[in-house]
Amino acid sequence: MLDYAWLIFVPPLAALLVNAFFGRRLGKPAAGYLGAVAVGLSFLVALGIFFGLLGLPAEERSHTVTLWSWIHIGNFRPDFALLLDPLSSLMALVVTGVGFLIHVYSVEYMKLDDEHHQLDARRYARYFVFLNFFIVAMLILVLANNLVLLYLGWEGVGLASYLLIGFWFHKPSAADAGKKAFLVNRVGDFGMAVAIMLIFAAVGAQAGSLAFTDLYRVIQQSAPLLAGVASTVTLLLLLAATGKSAQIPLWVWLPDAMEGPTPVSALIHAATMVTAGVYMTVRMSPLFELAGNTLTWVAWVGALTALMAATIALTKTDLKRILAYSTISQLGYMFLGVGVGGYVAAMFHLTTHAFFKALLFLAAGSVMHALHGELDINKMGGLRAKLPTTYRTFLIGAAALAGFPLLSGFFSKDAILVATFEHHAYLLYAIGLVTALLTAVYSFKMVFVPFWGQPRDRKLFDHAHESPALMTLPLWVLAALSVVGGLVNLPFVATLEHWLEKLVALGPVGKPEHPALAVELALLAVSALVALGGIWLAYRAYVQQPDLAVRIRERIKPLHTLAANGYYFDWAYNKLVEGLWAFSRFLAGAVDQQSIDAAVNGLARAFGWLGSRTSRLETGLVSLYALSLFVGLVVVLGYFLATAIIGR
Amino acid sequence: MTLPTLDLVVLLPQLIVLTAALLVLVVDGLSGARSWLLAGISLVALLAAGAAAIWLSLQPGEPRRLQAMAVADGFALLFDVVIVVAAVLGVLLAYQSIPRISQQVGSYYALLLLAVVGMMTMGAALDLIVVFLALEILSLALYILAGFNRSEPRSAEASLKYFLLGAFASAFFLYGAALVYGATASLNLEAIAAALAGGSRSPAMLYLGIALLIVGFGFKVALVPFHMWTPDVYPGAPTPVTAFMSAATKAAAFAAFLRLFLTALPTAQPTWSWALAVLAAVTMTLGNVAALRQRELKRMLAYSSIAHAGYAAVGLVAGTAQGAGAVLFYLLAYAFMNVGAFGVVAALERAGEYDVARGRLAGLSERQPALAAAMAIFMFSLTGIPPFAGFFGKLYVFGAAVAAGWGWLVVIGVINSVISAYYYLQVTVEMYFAAPAAEAPAAAAAGKKGRAVAKAAAPSPAPEEGKAAPAPLSRATAAAVLAAALGTVLIGVLPALLTGWIAQAVQGIF
Repeated sequence: MLDYAWLIFVPPLAALLVNAFFGRRLGKPAAGYLGAVAVGLSFLVALGIFFGLLGLPAEERSHTVTLWSWIHIGNFRPDFALLLDPLSSLMALVVTGVGFLIHVYSVEYMKLDDEHHQLDARRYARYFVFLNFFIVAMLILVLANNLVLLYLGWEGVGLASYLLIGFWFHKPSAADAGKKAFLVNRVGDFGMAVAIMLIFAAVGAQAGSLAFTDLYRVIQQSAPLLAGVASTVTLLLLLAATGKSAQIPLWVWLPDAMEGPTPVSALIHAATMVTAGVYMTVRMSPLFELAGNTLTWVAWVGALTALMAATIALTKTDLKRILAYSTISQLGYMFLGVGVGGYVAAMFHLTTHAFFKALLFLAAGSVMHALHGELDINKMGGLRAKLPTTYRTFLIGAAALAGFPLLSGFFSKDAILVATFEHHAYLLYAIGLVTALLTAVYSFKMVFVPFWGQPRDRKLFDHAHESPALMTLPLWVLAALSVVGGLVNLPFVATLEHWLEKLVALGPVGKPEHPALAVELALLAVSALVALGGIWLAYRAYVQQPDLAVRIRERIKPLHTLAANGYYFDWAYNKLVEGLWAFSRFLAGAVDQQSIDAAVNGLARAFGWLGSRTSRLETGLVSLYALSLFVGLVVVLGYFLATAIIGR
Repeated sequence: MTLPTLDLVVLLPQLIVLTAALLVLVVDGLSGARSWLLAGISLVALLAAGAAAIWLSLQPGEPRRLQAMAVADGFALLFDVVIVVAAVLGVLLAYQSIPRISQQVGSYYALLLLAVVGMMTMGAALDLIVVFLALEILSLALYILAGFNRSEPRSAEASLKYFLLGAFASAFFLYGAALVYGATASLNLEAIAAALAGGSRSPAMLYLGIALLIVGFGFKVALVPFHMWTPDVYPGAPTPVTAFMSAATKAAAFAAFLRLFLTALPTAQPTWSWALAVLAAVTMTLGNVAALRQRELKRMLAYSSIAHAGYAAVGLVAGTAQGAGAVLFYLLAYAFMNVGAFGVVAALERAGEYDVARGRLAGLSERQPALAAAMAIFMFSLTGIPPFAGFFGKLYVFGAAVAAGWGWLVVIGVINSVISAYYYLQVTVEMYFAAPAAEAPAAAAAGKKGRAVAKAAAPSPAPEEGKAAPAPLSRATAAAVLAAALGTVLIGVLPALLTGWIAQAVQGIF
């Protein structure tokens, strides 16, 4: 049955084609329903894959389905093949499951454009074409059995992301944001491409398919082959991951990506695509472990990103921007988890994060919908009366994000912190705890400021209205998942660990060595206290004494300015680009136009002249043509006779 | 006395096509025969022949032989498939335009089918006399086809030139065959190889023969300096004929070229491969350089086809199984992309027009987006840009040459690909970025209203004063262009589907 796994691509691909060619004729809700149902069908296939694997004994849960041989050039022979194992099936479930809910939400949400006019049917259908395309590319990414196919999906989701960020392309800011995301990602993708080439150069003869299973085998049996390049390759892969998953230093594109429609932010820039970097590092973890030091880099990149992004999130007042920085911060947690060998913890957090962050974005979209696109939380207030469903679901999402005890985010974040602690990385653990505190504060800032207190903008408040059922339904489903999502990996039960055990068993670092129960319980209690403390702080600062936040801000003004400006990453990149620009102007002027171009143009002119001369030989005179034939014969003959004579 | 046994199944594809050719003539003679019926018979026969070839190639065991004259091995049968592809597309393209220029539609299809019989036999022939017969069968049919537009003097001129020079080249070939016979006392390819295995008794005679054979084949595939007929014949012949002959003749000639040189003359390989390498280098360079300055599409594609003959010859120079397989792959890719490009030209052609100026493409992306997209695919593929068929064709040919130690030739080939990008991409630029001079306002308005998703048959040519507008895109032409584009993309996306099959097939000629 697993051999039919390719069916997972069929519905979104078919819906994509239908919508591309007949979308306008299908009309407004129909095109959306088609796209949503298609992803729903894919989800059923993903479930089939999951249960198919579940039916196998644990050590056989790695199944390759070769669809066709793709490229055969010498040793280089990646196939178009799928690798079905617990890791990929988990990702497929998340992508299609959350994807389906967001598609359903989009059916209603995308009826209006960014200025709250009716969106015309052609662009409505195009939106679903892009969204389905994203699902297909993301599934290729997570189900690929080799690096080259993964790279195809990697580039595919990048393209989908670009197209969807710039969906309101008539707005210059949206068009720029799309460009920025694409360009910044190119830096990471470059690392990926070079890494693949280096791996192929090192093990092409043994594992020319570049299939993961073959790479694992090489790593186990003949590790020296890869030992030389492992550090370089893994650092390049880390660069690729920082691009796709918005980590330091390539995080700058994600906040701007919020220019896209909100469901896109939920699906691509929170729940799925940005986690591709985490997935890829986990998938390649045996190589990372071979490289040794790189994992420390991964952990530090993750921890610093988590902390810095959390501080930035505190300073922002734009609801979607806060969520964007929060996403960056949570992705940092996942990298921290990977870096300390807590692969299961990272994948666990990836899953729960997909639930509650998608929920938060969709709820934010519902707020936007109600307030005609307003996103500044300082203009909101008291919205819980007007938007009860949105408020309740948002509250659940924020609580999960904050790590409120017994919600999904609590367990998954704790799992990462425990893994860090067990790794004896106490400094990293401390950073993780501080970040957890900040997370709780900004999560509840997003609850208290817009939803509690008095309305700050009467006109906005009066016009607010709850979203239709088709939008609130996905909210409720995601809210339920955010609550119970922790069940997939309760401490002491550890279902996910069990499910992913083969992955964990691969490397020496990742072996789960559970510490004493008392330690684990103590850590759990610390996490709970930190989360509750953060929520209490937020309550003090944003409800009880609204001037407290202002006073604190004044007190730590330089720090605040630093964070509010995103640690000047954008500024530095702009300076860098300006510098490069000046350099390239010099190159373009003095070097290119005046020397190289002159030479090239001269050459081109010479060829052009040659071309006109050559065609002038075509006089149309048959006798001349025959002569040419004869001359050619004489030359060839002369050569052959010369060889014959010399040969004798 | 016993009669020789004739295993005619070897010639099954040829016999099917031959029967269809005769059937077309008979049906055409009956009054009231419709053009669609004639085209239909041709199409069915070609597809049946292709199916027969594939069926034969799947037979287990030793390939069947017709005495020592012809063989139905994987190599021959795969070339049959290439020829069928070109011919099917050629028939589809002819469906609209041939009735416009001639009353004798039946004889057109019959001649085309006869040419296919000759071409298929080229690849199957094991004997120099059979090669020559096949060469003459296909050539005679093509001479007539080239002059099929009798109202157009240039068509007649093309036909006459092709005939005169072709006769000249055939004479060279025959003389070469005679000399090789003189040197080895045999006309059978394997017997020749056996005779040469112990060293030739009269190398001068042998080399003279090989040189003459090279001229004969060089003429058919248009290697420089035996190419001069091409830029006159390609634009002069009716476009469907050009489309068909550019791909199919090349495939057939290369099939015989490969088999003859690799089966019969491997001992002389060090000598002939150098001669061919120089010819290939000159051919690529001259073809591309001359194409740079062409303002008319058919003439440009004529020079481009010369350059592509050079690329394919690189695979022959390599002289290995890998090289032969690469040539086969290249020619299949070429059949799709080149016939497709000519198909687009045919769709743009106006009645009574000699050639299509490149400027006519301006704004095509607005008027006929699907056609423009297809043309862009063909141009990218001809340039050798992935993920299209042409990229892998070049990759395999060049890869085989590098593996065989012909690095310098590949360097020249790659530089030539760069040069060729200039004129191929110019076509794309013209279609997508140039504003049509006369039709600017109309096209702009159309663009504003409907940059709709491509529809295959969107006939919206803006009428121009004083000139006949191109006929609306017929279903047959659209189908041909669509099929060619699909083939170009599919081969480019899934090259490995073919490579295994091809690698197995070419083993037979060594």
